Amino acid sequence: METSAQNIADISHLVTQYQAVPGGLLPLLHAIQGELGYVPESTVPAIATGLNLSRAEVHGVISFYHDFKTHSVGRNTVQICRAEACQSMGSRQLEAHAKQALGIDYHETTADGSITLEPVYCLGNCACSPSVRINDDIVARVDAARFDELVAKLGASQ
Amino acid sequence: MKFYIPQDTTALACGAEAAAHALQAAGIEPVRNGSRGMFWLEPLLEVDTDAGRIGFGPVSSKDIPSILDALEADASSHDLYLGQVEQIDYLASQQRLTYARAGLGDPVCLDNYQALNGFKGLKTALAMTGQQIVDQVKDSGLRGRGGAAFPAGIKWQTVHDAGGSAAADKEPCQKYIVCNADEGDSGTFADRLVMESDPYQLIEGMAIAGLAVGATQGYIYLRSEYPVAHKLLNTAIERAVAANFLGENILGSGKTFHLEVRLGAGAYICGEETSLLESLEGKRGMVRAKPPLPAIEGLFGKPTVVNNVLTLAAISTILEQGAETYQNFGMGRSRGTLAIQLAGNIKRGGLIELAFGVTLREVVEEYGQGTYSGRPIRAIQVGGPLGAFLPESQWDTPMDYEAFAAIKAMIGHGGIVVFDDTADMAAQARFAMEFCVVESCGKCTPCRIGSVRGVEVIDRIVANENRENNLILLHELCDTMEMGSLCAMGGMTPFPVRSALAHFPSDFTRQGRGDN
Repeated sequence: METSAQNIADISHLVTQYQAVPGGLLPLLHAIQGELGYVPESTVPAIATGLNLSRAEVHGVISFYHDFKTHSVGRNTVQICRAEACQSMGSRQLEAHAKQALGIDYHETTADGSITLEPVYCLGNCACSPSVRINDDIVARVDAARFDELVAKLGASQ
Repeated sequence: MKFYIPQDTTALACGAEAAAHALQAAGIEPVRNGSRGMFWLEPLLEVDTDAGRIGFGPVSSKDIPSILDALEADASSHDLYLGQVEQIDYLASQQRLTYARAGLGDPVCLDNYQALNGFKGLKTALAMTGQQIVDQVKDSGLRGRGGAAFPAGIKWQTVHDAGGSAAADKEPCQKYIVCNADEGDSGTFADRLVMESDPYQLIEGMAIAGLAVGATQGYIYLRSEYPVAHKLLNTAIERAVAANFLGENILGSGKTFHLEVRLGAGAYICGEETSLLESLEGKRGMVRAKPPLPAIEGLFGKPTVVNNVLTLAAISTILEQGAETYQNFGMGRSRGTLAIQLAGNIKRGGLIELAFGVTLREVVEEYGQGTYSGRPIRAIQVGGPLGAFLPESQWDTPMDYEAFAAIKAMIGHGGIVVFDDTADMAAQARFAMEFCVVESCGKCTPCRIGSVRGVEVIDRIVANENRENNLILLHELCDTMEMGSLCAMGGMTPFPVRSALAHFPSDFTRQGRGDN
């Protein structure tokens, strides 16, 4: 368990950077997550003090948005699009395959810490469905075989 | 010969990067253009030759050597040869205003944008008063392209008039232009295509909006699911500032407009304008009650124009070509062009910009050429996850805001998702409720709780548990959601549910389905 003192030190430069930005909480949370991979609970007091908010307000914002994680995630995030256009092209079967192949459910991380599986609702690639996002890369027309290939490239154990 | 390989999300998702590398390996540095929006052809390789700009697609890295060989001899002999790109029927038959520049060149190249009439609208606007610009927008008949179709000129007039007149001894009232780029509807990518293929057009439109209403700060609220658009927009803004199309004293006019991209964090509800404003303020994306309208009390409590990407992008066309030209497209009260996005189970998916009035059948049959799977089309969902599922009997409806409203459907943001005959419409109805469970902001009980109950009731109906009573219950639940929710999330989730029930009742009668 990291000590909160360490985390406060870790993010203080970011808090300073976004303190005076109007509506700066979301950009700050993105920046913290960009640096640490998630937004640790222990950083909430420093965020709240820096932005002159209550801890409850900061917690409320972190928990409202799907993007913000409060626990560490895998080295890679794999998102499967669950929205209608991808469903029309078989994303329901794809998600079942992915869960089975990785041995995890949504919001879980493989035992080796390689992959966190997340649902996503539309990647805007709806004419070439089903779509998967791996970190910042979006991949079109993913079937079970293609999914396995992509996962193998990430070096995950199958 | 000049080579082009797009850098938009869909082209990249289909392997454009590998194709570009294969060209580089052959000693050719391709221009990384935007997409034309013919997504079934991506990655689309274009080559400027003596015989015009010809295309090959969809290409993979393996095809590059044989294409280069064919270019030396007879290009048309290659299997992937498409002829002149602009004569491909899909593109040639469109009426492109907003997407006229899409795919022509490097989207963030300022010289390219200006060579294609870019920033002419802004220059025209700089010589006009705010009221004159607002009048132009009113005359154009432009209606908001986000989904609600509210007349843009009237919204602008309200913001223009808000905050009292800027008396000489008084600080002018701070106003904002907010671009809603939280394009969350499944089956839509029109905003993304503007931002990735022609971002300066949006920047120009926002600057003009700022001049019109007296706003000096703009924000583009972009969804985090669009990493490519994020990168391109930031580059474009940086360059526009450097060239003084944005910032202080724009082109020596004394006018100021600053622009910044703000990233969402994966919440569908933030596409609703008041929720978006809350999010921009750094809060939970909870929907606000209206009134007050955002035009009076919007971002940070100040008068704010909130417009969709396509609405703002159309502004530069209107100012450049005149309100009358724009007004000449369309039918009835739906003026201008509509960006139709053809998606889902479709052979030729992509962006189709046409004047209002084309029928759904023409779009899916002539442009789309039927399903990708080759099976018959069963249902079409228009307007995103809150849009109705339309059976074949309704496909001859012209795409016009009023005509769609008349059949209890909506055009919304123009997304069309096609399903083949393997689709289970009861499962789709259940998903509509499930999506509402995941994405409701939680402010209104009918939406927050009703959606959870909706999933349960549909499960019971499908399981044939007390069927008749549960059907009554589902309709009553839909009534409550429609009438008791503040925004369209809870208010329109019943649309796909009810349309599935009305037009595909047999799907709700199967017994002993595996997933119960």
